[in-house]
Amino acid sequence: MSWKKKTADETISSSPIDPGIDPEMGSEIDPVLAQALQDFRAHAHAWGEAVYSRPQAQVQAERSVWRPALAWALGCVLVAGGLSGAVYERHERAAMAARLALEAREVQQRQLAAQQRAADEDLLATVDSDISRDVPAAMEPLAQLMDEDAAQ
Amino acid sequence: MHAKRASTRVMAAGTAVKPMTAESAEEIAAREFVRVVESHRPQIFRFLLASTRDLDLAETLTQECFLKAHRNWGRFRGESSAMTWLMRIAINLQKDHWRNRRMQFWRHTRVNSVDLDEASEWLPSGERTAEQQMLARERVQQVWKAMQGLSERQRTVFLLRYVEDQELSEIASSTGLSEGTVKAHLSRALGKVRAELREKS
Repeated sequence: MSWKKKTADETISSSPIDPGIDPEMGSEIDPVLAQALQDFRAHAHAWGEAVYSRPQAQVQAERSVWRPALAWALGCVLVAGGLSGAVYERHERAAMAARLALEAREVQQRQLAAQQRAADEDLLATVDSDISRDVPAAMEPLAQLMDEDAAQ
Repeated sequence: MHAKRASTRVMAAGTAVKPMTAESAEEIAAREFVRVVESHRPQIFRFLLASTRDLDLAETLTQECFLKAHRNWGRFRGESSAMTWLMRIAINLQKDHWRNRRMQFWRHTRVNSVDLDEASEWLPSGERTAEQQMLARERVQQVWKAMQGLSERQRTVFLLRYVEDQELSEIASSTGLSEGTVKAHLSRALGKVRAELREKS
C-alpha cells in the first residue's frame, strides 16, 4: 500500500493535503511533512522522467562536445608540460656542463700560468747567477783599457 | 540453467510438451529480460538519479546494473520480484562506487552533481499557481538539504519509501536489512527532514 494514498490522492494536485498516517511506519505524518514529501516525490518523478526521456542523441551530443575537448586540452597541457620540462632539464644540464667546463679550463689555465711563471723565475734566477759569476772576469781587460784611456 | 528449466516444462494435464531447443529457451529468456529492462529501467534510473544527483553517474550505474542483471539473469530464481532484485544490484553498485571514490581521494567527488537550486526546478506544473510552485520548490530544496545530512542507508531507505513507494518488506529485501532496521532508518530520516522543515518555517 502506498503511503501517499493515505496522505493525498494526487501528487501534483494544488489542493491542500490532508495529514495522514504512513501505514507501514504506523506514525503520523504532519501536514507540512506530508506536503513536502509529496512535492519531493513529484519532483523526483518529474526530474527522472525528463532526464530519462531526453533524446539519446542530445545526451551523446552533450557528452561529445566537452568531454573530448577537455580530454584533448588536458592531453595537450600534459604533453606541452612534459616537453617543456624535458627541454628545460636539457638546457639546464647543458648550461651546467658548460659552466663546469669553463671552470675546469680556468683552473687549468691558472695552473699552467703558475707553472710558466715558476719556470720563468727559475730561468731568470739561473741566468742572473750565471752572469754574476762569469761577466765580471770577462769584462776585466775592457775595464783596464778604460782606466788607461782615462789616465792619458 | 534457464534453458534447462524451460525444456522440462510440463502441461497442466501432465502431458509432457515437446522439449524446447536450447536456442528457443534462450530466446524466451532474452525476451523476458528485454521486457524487464523496459519496465524497470526508468525506475532504477530515477532512484539512482535521486540518490546520486548526478546525471552521468546515474546513467552509468543504470547501465552497469542492467549489464550485471543480464549476466546473472539465468540465476534469478524469482524468489523476490525482478524490481527488488534489480534494486538490490543498483544499491550494491552505488555502494561500490562511493567506496571506490573514497579510496580515490584525489578525485573530486560529485563532479557532475546537479546543483540543489537547479535540481529543484523540476516540478510538475499541474494546476498550481506560481506562488504554490515557488513554495513547492522551496519545500523540495529543504528535503534535498535534509537528505544531504542523511547517512547512505537512511537516504536509500528514504528514497525507496517516499519516492519509489516501496513497502518496508520490499525495502528490507532490496537493502538486505531487517524490517526493524529499515523502520529505524526511515524514522531517523523523517525526523531529520521534519527538523529541516521546522527550522525553515
